[in-house]
Amino acid sequence: MKHKTKSLEHIIHGIFLILGLITVGCVLLISVYLILSGLPAILEVGIADFLFGSSWEPSAAEPEYGILPFILTSIYGTAGAIIIGVPIGFLTAVYLAKMAPKKVKAVIQQAVSMLAGIPSVVYGLVGMIVLVPGIRKLFGIPDGSGLLAAIIVLAIMILPSIIKMSVTALEAVPKEFEDASLALGATPEETYFRVSVPAAKSGIAASVVLGVGRAIGEAMAVMMVAGNVPNMPDSIFQSVRFLTTAVASEMAYSVPGSLHRNALFSIALVLFLFIMLINATLNFFLKGDRTK
Amino acid sequence: MNHAIITVNDLNLWYGQSQALKHITMEIPEKSITALIGPSGCGKSTFLKTLNRMNDLIPTVKITGEVRYGGENIFESEVNALRKEVGMVFQKPNPFPMSIYDNIAYGPRTHGIKSKAKLDEIVERSLRDAAIWDEVKDRLKKNAIGLSGGQQQRLCIARALAVEPKVLLMDEPTSALDPISTSRIEELAMELKEKYTIVIVTHNMQQAVRISDFTAFFLLGELVEFGETEEMFSQPKDQRTEDYITGRFG
Ligand SMILES: Nc1ncnc2c1ncn2[C@@H]1O[C@H](COP(=O)(O)OP(=O)(O)O)[C@@H](O)[C@H]1O
Ligand SMILES: [Mg+2]
Repeated sequence: MKHKTKSLEHIIHGIFLILGLITVGCVLLISVYLILSGLPAILEVGIADFLFGSSWEPSAAEPEYGILPFILTSIYGTAGAIIIGVPIGFLTAVYLAKMAPKKVKAVIQQAVSMLAGIPSVVYGLVGMIVLVPGIRKLFGIPDGSGLLAAIIVLAIMILPSIIKMSVTALEAVPKEFEDASLALGATPEETYFRVSVPAAKSGIAASVVLGVGRAIGEAMAVMMVAGNVPNMPDSIFQSVRFLTTAVASEMAYSVPGSLHRNALFSIALVLFLFIMLINATLNFFLKGDRTK
Repeated sequence: MNHAIITVNDLNLWYGQSQALKHITMEIPEKSITALIGPSGCGKSTFLKTLNRMNDLIPTVKITGEVRYGGENIFESEVNALRKEVGMVFQKPNPFPMSIYDNIAYGPRTHGIKSKAKLDEIVERSLRDAAIWDEVKDRLKKNAIGLSGGQQQRLCIARALAVEPKVLLMDEPTSALDPISTSRIEELAMELKEKYTIVIVTHNMQQAVRISDFTAFFLLGELVEFGETEEMFSQPKDQRTEDYITGRFG
């Protein structure tokens, strides 16, 4: 009897282990696949020409495979979204965690959760219908779709991650710290910004990195509002194409096995490396919080 | 008896429906140590927190009566100015998770002091006054969380002293500490009364006898007896006081 339960335990343990290994296996499979399918084109084009070439013309008579426009667009787009989204998200989080009356807090948090649940194609759609014509009229330019529109859409899309994670970090700050500050004659606002925020800084930093990850990986919404032309992003109104959308929009008509198709895999590999870097940064911040 | 720095007049306090302080009237003498004793839940902490209005942070609290500090009713004066004058040390040491230096400089910076030289001077003076300077002077930039519990509590005292209060409220400041750290804090309190008025909550009657000049005995939200410590412990006037200090209840 005893023997039986023991072996049953082993079997159950084994099943869970296998389930866990499925995830690990997927990550490994994707990594290996991306590297194997991404490297050939990079080697054929030359790593410098591929990464720093400023012209992407795969179907020209003399094809060019420079992805610098995509890399810069992804970096600028993400940076822009962070510049707009972080201050708004951060201040909202401080307000929600520390100042908002209960009812207001409940309503705003509900809205934030809904924002997080909206599919990105809907963001793209609303961006196309509202934002793009708005930018066109406001700035008097022929076409409103471009880098700016993408930045605004991304800024809104990263708000929920930033707000939620920062609120959690701020709410975890022990009340004793805040009491000590108030007892020294500091106002509540001084207390939140000079004691609570510094005490929650790793969590807040992690929320920003999470936002960066979300922004750089977004494809659908930016494809719909960025104009999707492989230009260098030399103005905020320029029609541009992101790393993600470069892969998504050309995969369907590239010829399997061609250099063009392989170069798209290489773009995916570059994107993958960016994401890995962001994850490592995120882990760094979260670990910093735990050892404290 | 020294001149009174705080005068409490018919103070009542409610948490929602339940009354935690009943008709408290007393005068706290300047530059001396007043101990608040009484069984757990009798309102000592509540009374202490009323003196720097930390109870304001609890939404259900309702207060009637008067507490005068420097001739002004504290419930009508500006709360941050009051808390600068009437500092507080908490039961559990609560240094900010920042450097020792920044902990001490926090209060002065809040009140507008920016000069590095001035801050350096305040940090050194406060740490010396709290008898912890020698232990930390070589690691002012290190995080205060790394200090021992007793050192953290003295750091918290130094942090409170840095804004130059007149009164220091301490809520069982040694209850989380070992005996050696406890006696250091007791010695410190006795030195500090030269310059400051100290009101200390303690559940330890020996501590009250050792360090305080005056004692207030609370029971069920009432102030049963208030007087010179020596007198109260040798000849209590009220039967309930006698029962408590001889250990018959509480
Ligand atoms: N925040 C609060 N809300 C409601 N009741 C409280 C609160 N704090 C204390 N009380 C009540 O007030 C009474 C006095 O508490 P307290 O002042 O902490 O006593 P002591 O410090 O003497 O142990 C107790 O009955 C306690 O339950
Ligand atoms: Mg208490």
